Amino acid sequence: MADEKDQGLHSPFRRKLLMGMAALPAMTMLPRTSFAQAPATAAVNTTGLAVTDTEVTVGILHSITGTMAISETGSVQAEKLAIEQINASGGVLGRKIKFIQEDGASDWPNFAEKAKKLLVNDKCAAVMGCWTSASRKAVLPVFEQYNGMLYYPTFYEGLEQSKNVIYTGQEATQQIIAGLDWVNKTKGAKSFYLLGSDYIWPRTSNKIARKHIEGHLQGCKVVGEEYFPLGHTQFNSVINKIKLTKPDVIYAIIVGGSNVAFYKQLKAAGIDLSKQTLLTISVTEDEIDGIGGENIAGAYACMKYFQSLDNPNNKAFVAAFKKMWGEKTVIGDVTQAAYLGPWLWKLTVEKAGSFDIDKVAAASPGVEFKGAPEGYVRVHENHHLWSKTRVGKAKLDGQYELVYETADLVEPDPFPKGYQ
Amino acid sequence: MFGDYSIGDLGAIFAMQGFAGLILFSVYVLMALGLAIIFGQMGVINMAHGEFMILGAYVTWMTSNAFQTYLPALFPGYFFVAMILAFLASGALGMLVEWGLIRHLNRRPLDTLLATWGLSLILQQAYRSIFGAREVGVELPQWMLGSKQITDTIEVPINGIFVMCLTFLITAAVAYVMYKSRWGRQVRAVVQNRVMAGAVGINTEKVDRYTFGLGCGIAGVAGSAFTMIGSTGPTSGQLYIVDTFLVVVFGGAASLFGTIASAFSISQAQSTMEFFMSGSMAKVLTLLAIVAILMMRPQGLFALKVRK
Repeated sequence: MADEKDQGLHSPFRRKLLMGMAALPAMTMLPRTSFAQAPATAAVNTTGLAVTDTEVTVGILHSITGTMAISETGSVQAEKLAIEQINASGGVLGRKIKFIQEDGASDWPNFAEKAKKLLVNDKCAAVMGCWTSASRKAVLPVFEQYNGMLYYPTFYEGLEQSKNVIYTGQEATQQIIAGLDWVNKTKGAKSFYLLGSDYIWPRTSNKIARKHIEGHLQGCKVVGEEYFPLGHTQFNSVINKIKLTKPDVIYAIIVGGSNVAFYKQLKAAGIDLSKQTLLTISVTEDEIDGIGGENIAGAYACMKYFQSLDNPNNKAFVAAFKKMWGEKTVIGDVTQAAYLGPWLWKLTVEKAGSFDIDKVAAASPGVEFKGAPEGYVRVHENHHLWSKTRVGKAKLDGQYELVYETADLVEPDPFPKGYQ
Repeated sequence: MFGDYSIGDLGAIFAMQGFAGLILFSVYVLMALGLAIIFGQMGVINMAHGEFMILGAYVTWMTSNAFQTYLPALFPGYFFVAMILAFLASGALGMLVEWGLIRHLNRRPLDTLLATWGLSLILQQAYRSIFGAREVGVELPQWMLGSKQITDTIEVPINGIFVMCLTFLITAAVAYVMYKSRWGRQVRAVVQNRVMAGAVGINTEKVDRYTFGLGCGIAGVAGSAFTMIGSTGPTSGQLYIVDTFLVVVFGGAASLFGTIASAFSISQAQSTMEFFMSGSMAKVLTLLAIVAILMMRPQGLFALKVRK
């Protein structure tokens, strides 16, 4: 399979080899103590994980074939980049990260099987993986039974918390509430039309959105709420309904191929997104690639990361990402969250001074990552991340322009009271 | 729900809604036509139909890129070139598949079902390896975007009008080929009695190959047209396949007219119900109605009467 991914791997690898060779003469001059920095394996690994004096093995578990490959490709790329950077900067507790990649193949039972393989056969010290909630729910019992550590990158519906999972994406309330407040305040929006694909994440998210609109925003109402089967491609009828009800805001949580159909048909039906406010939480730069910037320009997205964020961390991250995976690749919210996984794990292991799962899980709350492309993140007691929520406006070139960000980090609240 | 609106508003919405139903009808006919030809004339259930459509979509994408790079002046008209290329590419692949796969499974409908399903998986992975796992965005010329203002309040999407015209042309062409041309007579003769058709000098193998090629070619054109309204990715073909089969089976497999009638009834039911309830519920009710009707009429709406 002559994939873009494979081609991309070769050159950095070669570069690394060359760098390594260039460093050889220098290494002979180093004092011997620099080799002794790494703590003894017996001390940092008491539960038989795949840790040697020089290496530690982690797993990458995403779909690189099947329907979800569209979305998960970016996460795999980000995780590989993070691992390469960590290795280049000295590894974790003096050990290089070696990764074993398994393909979930967009099939949830298969995810569970591969997760078991990574934990039981390969004894991975951590696994970066999963994308859909369905795949996470499938692997969760495996991680809890065999005591593994999963770093999960996607923004999701919440209502979950596990000792064995670190959620590096936002849970629903983080993503929804700040965005609704913003659109209410700056656009004076009073009426909302909620749309979504028909599965748990859009339904739960819209439920939270409805509670917030009706309960917390003065004089606001929901004028319509609709769901479409995954893969739905005909939106003309609902677009007519939107024209009839004239909502101030279309709140869209449509995913996958349906997204492309929805925005193309919205544009074709003459709904001008520069006049009609549309707020989405499901379209990242990745999706815009397929939708086409001209079809979605003017829409607002509410999430925690945009490729265009103007800070030094992000500039370096975007440059490194493009250098590794090609000038044309784009980076969406989830890709960035996936990039946090290996780094957070490294920081946690070094805080705990051990690779042991229990110690890593216990040390996780309070771990801060100051080099995050989104700015700064900190792990909460509930294993989710404190992060800022941002609103971006889609531009013709497929990038978002930041129009608003919360002043402070938003607390993750996977079991929101009054919103269920 | 209509309390707050003026009569004029409602009239405009119903006009647009009627138009939405017609667009959906055209989309369904365009999707199903290729499959109906192959299924109806050859008895082959082509599970890879969606992938042939997506081949057409990728050809459109490549043509669009080529025009932007080499012939930017002619970009507004590229879509017509793309559709012809899509027809040729999907048709050629179809003929190759017929030659390499389908003809060896003659008269074994279940085996062709399995074989073409396997083919669809192979094609999906091939697209993924060649074009990448991410969706590609097909850029359209300006004149195809947006909507046409008919009155102050009634707007119809231009791409909808385009799909309707295209569907009409292709259906007319297929009907002419099937019912008026010499080749169409041969195809119908092979359907009715393969052995006798062979005995009177019709090259049945060749007829099969071109029939399959034509069906796949039309799928390619459909895929090309759908870049205006849907996504182009390795697995996008799967989005259409269920609706396509629904239309063909409901219409009665062997009848072109049945396909059109079934596309019309399904699309009208779907778009009317979608207006009054949520999209998921509309789909459920449509499917239930189809199941009920098929239980009473297993042969579909219009069945070809042949002596068995």
